[in-house]
Amino acid sequence: MTVAADAPPASPPRDDKRWRQVDVRIRRLGARPDALIEVLHTVQEVFGYLDDDALSYVSEALGVPPSRVLGVATFYSHFVRKPQGEHTCVVCMGTACYINGAGAILNRIHDTLGIDAGGTTPDGRISLLRARCLGACSMAPAVVVDDEVHGRISPDGVQQMLEAL
Amino acid sequence: MTEAGTPTPARRRRQEPLIPDGPVRASAHVCMAAGCLSMQADTVFDSLCERVTARGLTDVAVKRVGCLGLCAAGPLVAVPEKGRIYDHVAAGDEAALDGVVDGLAGGEGGRPTATDPFFSHQVKVVLEHCGRIDPERVEDYVAVGGYESLTKAVTTMSPAEVLGEVTRSGIRGRGGAGYPTGLKWTTVAKTDSPHGKYVVCNGDEGDPGAFMDRSVLESSPQQVLEGMAIAGYAVGANQGYVYVRAEYPLAVKRLTTAIRQAEHAGLLGPRIADTSFGFDVEIRIGAGAFVCGEETALIASIEGGRGTPRPRPPYPAASGLWGKPTLINNVETLASIPAIIGRGAEWYSAIGSGKSLGTKVFALAGAVVNTGLIEVPLGLTLREIVFDIGGGLPGGGKFKAVQTGGPSGGCMPESLLDMSVDYESLAQAGSIMGSGGMIVMDQGTCMVDVAKFFMDFCREESCGKCVPCRVGTTQMYRLLDRITRGLASRDELAELESLAGMVRDTSLCGLGQGSPNPVFSTLRYFRDEYMAHIDDRVCPAGVCKMEPREAAVAAGEGGR
Repeated sequence: MTVAADAPPASPPRDDKRWRQVDVRIRRLGARPDALIEVLHTVQEVFGYLDDDALSYVSEALGVPPSRVLGVATFYSHFVRKPQGEHTCVVCMGTACYINGAGAILNRIHDTLGIDAGGTTPDGRISLLRARCLGACSMAPAVVVDDEVHGRISPDGVQQMLEAL
Repeated sequence: MTEAGTPTPARRRRQEPLIPDGPVRASAHVCMAAGCLSMQADTVFDSLCERVTARGLTDVAVKRVGCLGLCAAGPLVAVPEKGRIYDHVAAGDEAALDGVVDGLAGGEGGRPTATDPFFSHQVKVVLEHCGRIDPERVEDYVAVGGYESLTKAVTTMSPAEVLGEVTRSGIRGRGGAGYPTGLKWTTVAKTDSPHGKYVVCNGDEGDPGAFMDRSVLESSPQQVLEGMAIAGYAVGANQGYVYVRAEYPLAVKRLTTAIRQAEHAGLLGPRIADTSFGFDVEIRIGAGAFVCGEETALIASIEGGRGTPRPRPPYPAASGLWGKPTLINNVETLASIPAIIGRGAEWYSAIGSGKSLGTKVFALAGAVVNTGLIEVPLGLTLREIVFDIGGGLPGGGKFKAVQTGGPSGGCMPESLLDMSVDYESLAQAGSIMGSGGMIVMDQGTCMVDVAKFFMDFCREESCGKCVPCRVGTTQMYRLLDRITRGLASRDELAELESLAGMVRDTSLCGLGQGSPNPVFSTLRYFRDEYMAHIDDRVCPAGVCKMEPREAAVAAGEGGR
């Protein structure tokens, strides 16, 4: 699917007011093909993940072939293609965190919530993600729960925090 | 990442810094870098402002600053007039908060920085302003001489003179490879390009265990912008891009503020210092791909595509972003430039030793007391860094190794503690300087497991473009995994070594070429640990869980 230069502006896939935020961002970036990553960031910020409809829309709006949009969306680990849970828990797996017991934290979450990295609890409450390195090495092991960094945390601490959510 | 539909808590009104109109007797610098911020440093800041006001201390300042370095002991508050730093000033800890206010009012307390080896052994060039200025106020940076070097360069020096100064300073790329910065700049400057050139700041600090660039961007973003503009003037570029990891939202926020303020103040943009030179900077946010630290992959990512590297030549200096000559430097390299231009090449090259001149910022982490951010002259020994500045291992732990260079680096044993930390010595020892992560490991760390950890990293981060890296890292990981499970034979170890050599020699980019380094260096210094796993089926550090070989045979995995 390629879009001719004089094609009418693409219309959003759903009647959802949140698309306006995306459209504003696209306009601000001049709808240039090289703005693809920036626009995908915005879509994910607004909707939480990137579904097929969103990718088609971005493809049309920027004049980038769908194959390339899908290629970029799946290349970068920051982009997720599935809805995430209500809360997110990111366990840092950087070197300092790893040697300070990040593995035990993942194991504990697996034992208590039954999910592995990349998974979401069946009730859609909590998603578990792994980070390559958060740069919070001086506070290893570090865990980010809903955008808040918690340093020097034990498996017990993480369990309590997640149970309190 | 903001979740759809998640209500954001109502924003508190942001407390303004306390800045007296008259002379300042003492000032409290509250660290607002990511580490301290995660320990509620913002609440500490508010409480200190309240207390200072309540006591009627009208000649005392309280301001937000960037990283104070000693992240292990946060939240941190420095009182520079007294040369003291207060650690563990936790939000709600009345005694600690009152202690700081007492110190501001004239009392004693805190740690004197002049005699504390963590501070006294450091030489700050890149981090000169970190922890001294408010990273969100351009006037703070200007007040400490910010943008004077840029003005000096564009009004009193020719681009060739700037190139000469940088070349004579001897600074080498601080992102890892150590390529002479002056040479890189000169190549870009020499390339004719009627349709423009670019300066790219590589802030895709992906090495696990490294947070130098993050701290610089969060603590002194204007310094990086100034370095970029000077580079732009020297090589003939008018447009710059800063590529920052998405994992560093605070750095992105402060950089965005810094660009806006610098443009507003006329320090960036058209006609800098009333000359014909103009320079604009845009931010590009990464999306979590380690390989984007490689310069051709980074260019592909800025152009909005998959971040896969391409063969070089042509080098980006000849054909980079959108096919134009492009100068790519690391955050730390660019942050060193204002000081080099301001104080001169001779001043800078007097720091350091041999072919490694100047200072290097290291992120000290792992099994060490003073985890945090340090800057030292090149040529210090590992022992001085780990034991004098780092304060040794916590809880009487015994040193085993120090890892530098991330997934492309190596582990150095106790016998190398007196080695000088410079580009050549590290390479000779089988590691690399890398971007500056330094992880101390104690006897409880299994070196085979560490090699496996880094291989797992490279395997997952391999972009998949070239076969040696894509397949080789996966196979090396499989072999290392078998060793850590007590399933491998000596033949498999030999297979690992030969495969590692092949991947090093035939991969397309630095990710693949460097990926066997952790294996080589652990084999070189800790081969006995590998043998213990293979011959005796024991993990000397007690980390790996050995599996019975019979089970492996039954599962059809053994019997090679």
